[in-house]
Amino acid sequence: MFGSTWCRLVLTATLALWGGTGMAEAQTLAQVKQRGTLNCGVDTGAPGFAVKDDKGKWVGLDVDFCRAIAAAVLGDAEKVNYVPLTAKVRFTALQNGEIDVLIRDSTLTFTRSTQLKLTPVGVNFYAGQGFMVKKSLKAKGVKDLNGATICTITGATLELNIADYNRANNVNVGTLLFEKLDEATVALESGRCDGYTDDTGSLAGARSTMKKPDDWEVLAEVISKEPLGIHMRQGDEQWANIGRWILGASITAEEVGITQANAEQLAKTSENPEIRRVLGVEGDFGKMLGLDNDWALKALKTSGNYGEMYERHFGAKALQLPRGVNNLWSKGGLMYSYPFR
Amino acid sequence: MQLSGRRIGQIRQILGLTLVAVAAVLIAINVSGNLQLKGLSLSFDFLGRPASFDIPFKLIDFNSRDTYARAALVGLLNTVLVAVLAIITATIVGVSFGTFLLSPNPLLRRTSMMFVEMIKNTPQLLQVLFWYVVILRQLPSARESYQPLANVYLNVRGLFLPALQMAAPNGRLWLAWAAIGALVALLLYGMRQLFVVKRVERNKLIAVAGGLAAVAVISWWISAVEVSLSRPELRGFNFRGGVQIVPELIALWVGLAIYASSFIADLVRGAVLAVPKGQEEAASALGLKHGQTLRLVKLPQALQIVVPPLVSQYLNITKSSTLGIAIAYPEIMTVLGGTTLNQTGQAIETMLIIMGVFILLNLIVSALMNRYNRHVALQGHA
Repeated sequence: MFGSTWCRLVLTATLALWGGTGMAEAQTLAQVKQRGTLNCGVDTGAPGFAVKDDKGKWVGLDVDFCRAIAAAVLGDAEKVNYVPLTAKVRFTALQNGEIDVLIRDSTLTFTRSTQLKLTPVGVNFYAGQGFMVKKSLKAKGVKDLNGATICTITGATLELNIADYNRANNVNVGTLLFEKLDEATVALESGRCDGYTDDTGSLAGARSTMKKPDDWEVLAEVISKEPLGIHMRQGDEQWANIGRWILGASITAEEVGITQANAEQLAKTSENPEIRRVLGVEGDFGKMLGLDNDWALKALKTSGNYGEMYERHFGAKALQLPRGVNNLWSKGGLMYSYPFR
Repeated sequence: MQLSGRRIGQIRQILGLTLVAVAAVLIAINVSGNLQLKGLSLSFDFLGRPASFDIPFKLIDFNSRDTYARAALVGLLNTVLVAVLAIITATIVGVSFGTFLLSPNPLLRRTSMMFVEMIKNTPQLLQVLFWYVVILRQLPSARESYQPLANVYLNVRGLFLPALQMAAPNGRLWLAWAAIGALVALLLYGMRQLFVVKRVERNKLIAVAGGLAAVAVISWWISAVEVSLSRPELRGFNFRGGVQIVPELIALWVGLAIYASSFIADLVRGAVLAVPKGQEEAASALGLKHGQTLRLVKLPQALQIVVPPLVSQYLNITKSSTLGIAIAYPEIMTVLGGTTLNQTGQAIETMLIIMGVFILLNLIVSALMNRYNRHVALQGHA
């Protein structure tokens, strides 16, 4: 159960103690190329973000980004070594070089960038902390949960947000922190808690695992901003740029209409200067990143543009989460890339 | 020059100690060097920052504005609470089953043996989860609580008891506690005089007991404390007021106690069997029955054998209390190794603290038990 978590924690901490002094920080790209695989830190199992499908293959929005990076850097989307990490060990694993990049539905926050010395590369999913409660409670908003007990997985920001909310609104919403979802679900089903809290992206998945999903509803109100995104180690700007612009390319591609299917075709025929620059037909943006010029083309052929990724994992045929703030800025959302010029 | 054996021994010890010290210094240098390379530093400053999370079950006041250090203290007290409860329960249950294992009644003996073997040979985490699920599944919702006594409620949220509340308007609450302390000391002293000490010195008894009683009364009076009864009442989602004993505590307590009791039962059985056979024969020659032989002759002697291995069972209980993290019991592992580690990312620091705490706790348990061991060993025939 959590034995493996602790093994890993002890292991990574030991690495921190004894890790060789030769861990050069500025050469992640060279290391990845030399190794031939990308070590990508993902969630141990979060529907929509990273889970293993019935064939044992990793799928999810975060996984798509791992694949895009591997395709752009190594030319092969399959050359990813997925490292499933619990909330507890994720940052230590990144700090110690056990992984090259952390894409694990992790919130980008102030202390993580300043104290943990991690580079917030970019946001690939805008979430908020929401609540799933019994329909019979007839709660309209979070304030109606005053006095209730809410189960949650011990994360990092979840219990903190509830404590902040309590203080700001002078209410008392209690929490009960579990290590694993299984026990939390037992407590929830038996009525030990009145509800469950998590990021809006994960709540849809949690509701689907309840015995009677129809007895439960997800409140519309959220109590926090949870920009989930990509973390890298500080001190390697080249590597951070690669991550930043692969994310940028996926959003820009949706803006200008490049898709997984038409990317190759557009590279040959398009006269649109921005499309030509993104796909590496014009200019030498790839070289500036230290990659081949068709880096973004390879990434887009692998995972498609941002809209396609979202549709694949959260869309109508998947978790059925409305696009909302994760839509393009031009369509009322927050997804916005810096321009390619 | 020739060295005596004793000298050589001392030199060896000094050499060994030096090696350990050098290794410790090297590790410390390596750690700080490697951390510095990553732009991090080993620092316990975070303990002074506000924790910003709440703890659902606590023995002392705590709110989200208190520091991480206080949160750790809350967790530590919860650890100590469940460990003490489990140690006491495990000892009682374990010794009972140990004597059942020796019973001449085959039904009792076999049933006990089945219980012991079953408990001993299944994983402890599984047992803790089992008790938790059983408790949660069996208990009714808050609105349909069992009410075994007036003002006592039992439901899936826990056991709710009425509580005495002390409030001192002038802030002299500590005086009230001092009074209670003096009262407890008086009771203990009295029991010792009654049951242990054989020849009571009358003047000393009066002086000590009178002194303690005077301290209790006077400090209670000065503190001007007001005592009120707080009753649990169903309001909204949950009961408010009174004391709530959460199901997580009960599940962990039962899980730890039952598991350890199976090992203690085996220890007791082994220790009783190790008492020389002549003792039993002598006892039955005197006409003592099985139960009397056990209680008056064999158990007292078995005690000397059983105490040292019992210590390691107690240490195991203390360490295993960290299983609370699986069922949301806020012991020190959950609070420090869970939420605090997650929030601050200070993995090495929190782990060092947890390790230090458990070493300290276990040293205390060992020290207490060693004292007790010397006490029982002295009475023997050694």
